[in-house]
Amino acid sequence: MSALLSLTGVTAFYGAIQALRGIDLTVEKGEIVTLIGANGAGKSTLMMTICGSPRARDGQIVHEGQDITAWPTHLIMRRRIAQAPEGRRIFNRMTVHENLLMGAEVAGRTDTTDGLDQVFTLFPRLKERIGQRGGTLSGGEQQMLAIGRALMSRPTLLLLDEPSLGLAPLVVRQIFGAIRDLNRTTGLTVLLVEQNAYQALRLAHRGYVLVNGSITMAGTGAELLARPEIRAAYLEGGHT
Amino acid sequence: MTALRDAFLSALVALGLFAPLVGLVTTSGEHGLYLELRPIATAVVVGLVFLGRLIVLSRRSRGRAASLAAKPALAERISKAGKYVTPLLLIAAVALPFTGSRYYIDLGTLVLTYIMLGWGLNIVVGLAGLLDLGYVAFYAVGAYSFALLATNFGLGFWTCLPLAGIFAAFAGVMLGFPVLRLRGDYLAIVTLAFGEIIRVVLINWVSLTNGPNGITGIPRPTLFGLALSMDGGPGTIAGFFNVEPAVIQRIIFLYYVILGLALLTNWVSLRLRRMPLGRAWEALREDEVACRSLGINVRNTKLTAFGIGAIFGGFAGAFFATRQAFISPESFTFIESATVLAIVVLGGLGSQLGVALAAIVMVGGLETLRDFLSFLGDQMNSPLFSGIASELPLYRMLIFGLALVVMMVLRPRGLVSGRTPSVALHKVKDIAPDLVAQGRG
Repeated sequence: MSALLSLTGVTAFYGAIQALRGIDLTVEKGEIVTLIGANGAGKSTLMMTICGSPRARDGQIVHEGQDITAWPTHLIMRRRIAQAPEGRRIFNRMTVHENLLMGAEVAGRTDTTDGLDQVFTLFPRLKERIGQRGGTLSGGEQQMLAIGRALMSRPTLLLLDEPSLGLAPLVVRQIFGAIRDLNRTTGLTVLLVEQNAYQALRLAHRGYVLVNGSITMAGTGAELLARPEIRAAYLEGGHT
Repeated sequence: MTALRDAFLSALVALGLFAPLVGLVTTSGEHGLYLELRPIATAVVVGLVFLGRLIVLSRRSRGRAASLAAKPALAERISKAGKYVTPLLLIAAVALPFTGSRYYIDLGTLVLTYIMLGWGLNIVVGLAGLLDLGYVAFYAVGAYSFALLATNFGLGFWTCLPLAGIFAAFAGVMLGFPVLRLRGDYLAIVTLAFGEIIRVVLINWVSLTNGPNGITGIPRPTLFGLALSMDGGPGTIAGFFNVEPAVIQRIIFLYYVILGLALLTNWVSLRLRRMPLGRAWEALREDEVACRSLGINVRNTKLTAFGIGAIFGGFAGAFFATRQAFISPESFTFIESATVLAIVVLGGLGSQLGVALAAIVMVGGLETLRDFLSFLGDQMNSPLFSGIASELPLYRMLIFGLALVVMMVLRPRGLVSGRTPSVALHKVKDIAPDLVAQGRG
């Protein structure tokens, strides 16, 4: 069975600086795959490279059997791939409703009721805040909105970049719970980038560890959690 | 005590500032120029500053807490008043020609031209967030397209109007391509340069544009084929309606043409805002990276913003040409771009009503101020003010600039700063969280 998304030997540069050094990674349909690593390891770059910005210099990115390495970003994002980018990046002056519509419109979905229903079932808090401006939401609500906006295009692959960034542990648990529910009920495939290694590895089926732009370890979530070097590098200081 | 000292210091600054500005005046006598001193006038100005500062300080110490509490109420009142202001303005605009005063109709036409330009630029700056300092370029392209088509090929205003829009849109897209990757200050500089390039080309391409001498004999618009002319023949408006031809008819007709064009601009931008394209523009203004991640084609979205904004600049330019019957590159200097941008910023980025109000204040207000100051100068015939009274109108730019600064301090986000959501909810009700969790609500 061919993977939903596979990367082979992908490299990426910011100017002269190499950020990714030959990444091999696969995501199967229906999986939650997490990517953990220290600051500056290249996790977010890898996410952005999948979306074509920055573009991979070498290697190949294949989505559903189609080589999308050289595709422009907006066309990649219309292949039912959605991203909730790092730092949420919601539209501050627009209402929650408008933010969500932005997620659907570009994907060419004119009927948004299903999408809205799904998002509101997942995050009831957003329904209460539907007419409120995005910028006035709390951090957790903004993250819910960012994920909800990504879900509005009814993606088959969801790229989540650090959804736990700057959120209280309780809210993180809530959001991770929502991701697990989505994966179980709709079979949504998720590629998750996280600093919060413990939570992420517990949630994910499989994980990759990224160090200095290369993948140094791979395995199931439980396997990686049990490895002593992982515990030493990413889980010191107890878990939350 | 501190208030007194503060006011005294302000008065001192004012003395330093106004002693040369107001206190000294040169008069030409029999042996050349003489310097004349005006101590009394200077004292009056400095005294006013002293008193003004005292009043401001005493008010501030008294009413700070109270004014803070009153602020949300004020904002609410403004947004409520907005509902009535729009129809009132519209009625006033339609009714203006019935005053029959040529002066007011001319002023109204000027204000409406700037409102239309403001609404056009609002698409680029207010909605899409692309800071454009060269909007006058599209105004110029529209004006010259119409003027050249009309004088060389004998085409009429209504035929040329869409063509002028197309040419301007083309110029907008031409500008858009090189600046796609630029943002903020850098974008502003390139657009500024673009505006200048167009003007310099118009000056130097003498064989086509007649250079600095401009183009004369640009035809007036017609009303369903009826010409505006003074001979009152069968093919003219006056002849058709069987009335005496008069200049005022042309003025009124042009006024309604620009009113129609401005309303068209408003209607189109309001409709666009509710469409996915308009929402994409607003999203672009908020966050370009997020837009990319949602699959928005950032390039095309920016280009359409430049293009559509330019179309209305082009329409306004064509109207300007037909109204003046003469155009030259002098009419398309940077100060025009700056005025239009000031109107958009002062009105509140993205607000249609704000732009209209700001144009009325900036263009109409300046004219009214000039009138008022000359009137005031005529009244001041005591020898005390000798020399000041006659030049009072010259101070209008100073006063106006001061008023703009005060306005931006009081309302930093523009006259009408709130953003109306582009999707209105039919029913706004609070839904209990437990109901939502059960999937109802």
